[in-house]
Amino acid sequence: MSEGDLQLFGGALAETAVMVGASGFLSLLLGLPLGLLLVITAPGGISEHPGFNRGLGAVINAFRSTPFIILLVALIPFTRFVVGTTIGTVAAIVPLTVAATPYFARIAEMSLREVDRGLIEALRALGATRWQIVREALVPEALPGLVTGFTVTIVTLIGASAMAGAVGAGGLGDLAIRYGYQRFETTIMVGVIVVLVVVVSIIQLAGDFIARRLNRRA
Amino acid sequence: MPQSVGLNNTDAIVRLDSVRRAFGPVAALDGVDLQINRGETFGIIGRSGAGKSTLIRTINALEKVDAGRVIVNGEDLGSLDENGLNRVRRDIGMIFQHFNLLSMKTVFENVELPLKLSGQSRELRAKAVWRMLDLVGLRDKAAVYPAKLSGGQKQRVGIARALVAGPSLLLSDEATSALDPETTLSILQLLKDLKATLGVTIILITHEMSVIREVCDHVAVLDDGRIVEQGAVWEVFGQPRTDLTRRLLRTVRPPLPESLQAQLQSGPIAPGRVLLRLSSADLQRHPAALALLTAADWDGTVVHAEIDSVQGHTFGTATLSLRYGGEQQLAALLSQLQTQLANPEILGYVRG
Repeated sequence: MSEGDLQLFGGALAETAVMVGASGFLSLLLGLPLGLLLVITAPGGISEHPGFNRGLGAVINAFRSTPFIILLVALIPFTRFVVGTTIGTVAAIVPLTVAATPYFARIAEMSLREVDRGLIEALRALGATRWQIVREALVPEALPGLVTGFTVTIVTLIGASAMAGAVGAGGLGDLAIRYGYQRFETTIMVGVIVVLVVVVSIIQLAGDFIARRLNRRA
Repeated sequence: MPQSVGLNNTDAIVRLDSVRRAFGPVAALDGVDLQINRGETFGIIGRSGAGKSTLIRTINALEKVDAGRVIVNGEDLGSLDENGLNRVRRDIGMIFQHFNLLSMKTVFENVELPLKLSGQSRELRAKAVWRMLDLVGLRDKAAVYPAKLSGGQKQRVGIARALVAGPSLLLSDEATSALDPETTLSILQLLKDLKATLGVTIILITHEMSVIREVCDHVAVLDDGRIVEQGAVWEVFGQPRTDLTRRLLRTVRPPLPESLQAQLQSGPIAPGRVLLRLSSADLQRHPAALALLTAADWDGTVVHAEIDSVQGHTFGTATLSLRYGGEQQLAALLSQLQTQLANPEILGYVRG
């Protein structure tokens, strides 16, 4: 591999990092509250609102069932409205966030729902407000699961970010398609795959390590 | 000595008036009236499904009632909004069968939680937590997570958490049911000690008479959502009025051995023997009666006896096997005994 190739890789890796990092952060910021809303408004939750719960669930399912490549195109007007352009790394963050948010919301919901109901009851018996129940019991108890779920979300985002190359987003996926596939540069193709495997492995290991360190149940 | 439960007593900390609660077609509480006085330890016993858990949860409004009133410290819970209920709940501690400790918080943080919820300063919190940890004997476990504790230690943390904010009332929901007998005793002893130190009123539910016997002043027996019997523990133990209470008492007051029970017949057998059950307290008071029964004519031998002392009251029974010499002779004996002994009871007849 030439020095130019290495520069290509460095640039693509940085672009992927920006896309995944930004959309991952935003989906955490938006998805966790949505997951919480799903859990607390569900029947038997600490703030039951069955109608709202069904409505929110339906919206989340709608986004979840749309394949990312279609979402990417369908969201073009929205993307232009939000960031003023539909091309480039920043533009890709919008559809990636829109796809990852409901995904993480569902994963967060699963972790939050597994928190022992007895703990919620204990907090209620202590006169805790709903917000205190969320802050002191629901989120801390679900934390290891949330970390594992967020790791899965990041890994999924790395995959999705490759498709974002379709809107000129750059990144590792774009590199593989333009150089590896269209220019028949097999070295680049293999290089991208190796880099992806390494990056995903590191993220997965780091996520598992953090989740394990956080878990006090064992 | 515990005071008697009078419905007009003004020292009530908790009062339930015709409380009803149904889950679908099933009435969990079917018109419960109850008064619990300040300073006492009140036990509610019943089989599983009797409505005990629902009942205790109405007292801190974890369970809403369909009809009737729940009054705690003079406040009608039905008239309070969520903020009002939270204020009342902060004056009521609760401990649970499965402890319900936060697994991601240390022992210290678990005990600190109620004070944090009510917005107390860090210094005040620390002082109160260390005091409680000393009282429950877990000072050295402050930095440990609950997963590393034994069941008894977890319940001690639960008790410390329930009492750290100085509540006037402690609710115990089968708090010893998940513990072995020895640990159960140590937890019950701790509750007794803390009650003496902190002066908290305790309401506990259990399915074990031994728990009632160990710590309670008063007991109410719950069956199918109704209170079927209540009174001072020694009264209910000494003179149970319902079959359910008698069955629940079997674990602490053993009935006739099964081998003997199996031989027992309801009609006289000649030649044979008759089993007569007497109050052991009566026999102590009237030794002449025992002398009469063990004399040659009757050849009486004690085949079963149990005697117990609860809250300073002694009671129990002695069952004697006597030679059966015909109906007239037995009737004469009974009338003679009845001048001294309350309720001599013929259990049945055996061959021999």
